[in-house]
Amino acid sequence: MRIGALKTSYAADHALFDTPVQRAWLGLGAALLLAFPFVADDYWLYLACLVAIHVIATTGLNILTGFTGLVSLGHAAFMGVGAYTAALMEIRLGAPFLLNLLGGGLMAAGVGVLVGLPSLRVKGLYLAIATIAASFILHFVFQNWSTVTGGIAGLSVPPARILGIELARPAALYWVILPLAGLSVLAAANLFRTRIGRAFIAIRDRDISAEILGIPLLRYKLMSFGLSAFYAGLAGGLFAYFFRSITPESFPLVYSIFFLAAVIVGGMGTILGGILGAAFMTMVPEVLKLGVGLASPWLPNAVAILSPVRTVVFGLLIIGFLIFEPHGLAEIWRRIRRFFHLWPFRT
Amino acid sequence: MEGFDPLFFAEVTLAGLGSGALLALTGLAFVLIYKATRVVNLAIGEMLMVGAYLFFAFAAGLGLPAWGAIPLALAGGGLLGAAIERAIIRPMLGESPIAIFMVTIGLGSVLVGLVEIVWSPNPTQLPDFIGAAPVFLGEAYVSRKIAVGFAVACLVIAGFLLAFRTWRGGVALRATAADQAAAYSCGIDVPAVFCAAWALAGVAAAAAGILVGAVGGISPTMGVFGLSALVVVIVGGLDSVAGALVGGLVVGLLEAWSGTFLGGEYKIVATFSLLLAVLVVRPYGLFGTAEIERL
Repeated sequence: MRIGALKTSYAADHALFDTPVQRAWLGLGAALLLAFPFVADDYWLYLACLVAIHVIATTGLNILTGFTGLVSLGHAAFMGVGAYTAALMEIRLGAPFLLNLLGGGLMAAGVGVLVGLPSLRVKGLYLAIATIAASFILHFVFQNWSTVTGGIAGLSVPPARILGIELARPAALYWVILPLAGLSVLAAANLFRTRIGRAFIAIRDRDISAEILGIPLLRYKLMSFGLSAFYAGLAGGLFAYFFRSITPESFPLVYSIFFLAAVIVGGMGTILGGILGAAFMTMVPEVLKLGVGLASPWLPNAVAILSPVRTVVFGLLIIGFLIFEPHGLAEIWRRIRRFFHLWPFRT
Repeated sequence: MEGFDPLFFAEVTLAGLGSGALLALTGLAFVLIYKATRVVNLAIGEMLMVGAYLFFAFAAGLGLPAWGAIPLALAGGGLLGAAIERAIIRPMLGESPIAIFMVTIGLGSVLVGLVEIVWSPNPTQLPDFIGAAPVFLGEAYVSRKIAVGFAVACLVIAGFLLAFRTWRGGVALRATAADQAAAYSCGIDVPAVFCAAWALAGVAAAAAGILVGAVGGISPTMGVFGLSALVVVIVGGLDSVAGALVGGLVVGLLEAWSGTFLGGEYKIVATFSLLLAVLVVRPYGLFGTAEIERL
């Protein structure tokens, strides 16, 4: 049973990490992440980088969908905008790596605000459908504005450089991607302790009430779209440097659905949910691949059905979580914690 | 474009009307579900695809003639719709519309995966049951498949409209759509109506799927047709049957014209631009009911 969690000041009550135990776990986690590249091989580092990129993008979508209550199915397209911007700044201008990431994020934020404009008139599902339209139109731009985006062939991106050091392998990029992911998540967590973040939550809970309380709806909705797209753009920039090649097909509608699924599975409207969801959804295909590898001696066509099985599992996860665990993995985690906090008493 | 050829234009227009009728039929399936259960079903394209594959299984797999395979495929589509309603929509009753919307996205993914497992992800052709002799309207040439598709889609739509007017179940459905609580207190079994709406939508989607498959071949990705249908219902209004019909023809024409005169890649941009324009100018579509929100 947890004792001694008495708070004597508002500052302590508002703290992000409120107990010593929590801080200790966090320190341990950070130490593990620091030690990870020294023990893991390239495959695991590749996965870790991918998870971190997805964590950034998912956290961004969580700001919009989980905290502001606006569903977007254009998240992958925003990511594409960021990726193309970063890649073009690198190729055409030779601008430095971190500046390109920022540029990608800002460009995506601009496009995000533009896509958010229909929220002036419509909301809820209609808005979700409008973002599908935006996603297709952006895909069309990637594909057909060939002089800039390289058309269907896409762009190949030179390796990232910081201070003359070339970051080509996941082992090197890990040191950029992971801190950025950490920073993004921390920034998002802090956002919801500010006026802006609170306004987002008010809009999610009841937008008309929020407006009556003096929150300018359009401005805050657009801000949420912009912020969310900024995260997507940042993730997209990292994506470009990570895979070193981007095509219009890198950012299909399914990828947007992937992020939405990650938000749902992780837990809408919790920062932890974004992290858990992104990690979980990224790892599921790998686990399936492993399973297929194990099953292949008995199932001759196991490899052929891997991709459809992945599609089915993906859909089942969305349905299953929405029906049985609507608050996602974050809620499961909370239950586990509560069990230990209250032990030996029943929860 | 060198010179304007009215005959060619007429042919393109007729082809557009043909695919527009199919879109209208799919839109009708969508509106049916939305009217009765207030669910925005993004998996309608995938239900359509499953219908087409069921026909493929009965006609090509079991070697049944078309008159045997079509009713079986339609029944299969209806069963699928009812099963979906019972298994995953019913438990979501009362949840936020956005959660239900996302459940249907997951459902679409499951259906695509299952079809790929059962029938392989490669596109195939449906066995021909329409014939290939061209049809001429005046001087304009129309592909026979599109002409038959148009005619059948019109018949099916007319059948549905008649059923809504006269059949007991159709009236119950309209009553439920108008006011659930009132329908309940009049003795209408609302859960059964929900189930029936999904089953009927499944039948309509399967019919559209067979026709779409007959025209363009089938593949697990043919569900993207559902996205065009989504545009149709947004343009027409989510809860308006007339809107689905008008919207279907409008989108069909727009797709045909933009695809022919601008190039195939402009098709999707044209339809989605129309969608955005309608959303901004008339958020509830041409014939939809404006929702009024009160605190």
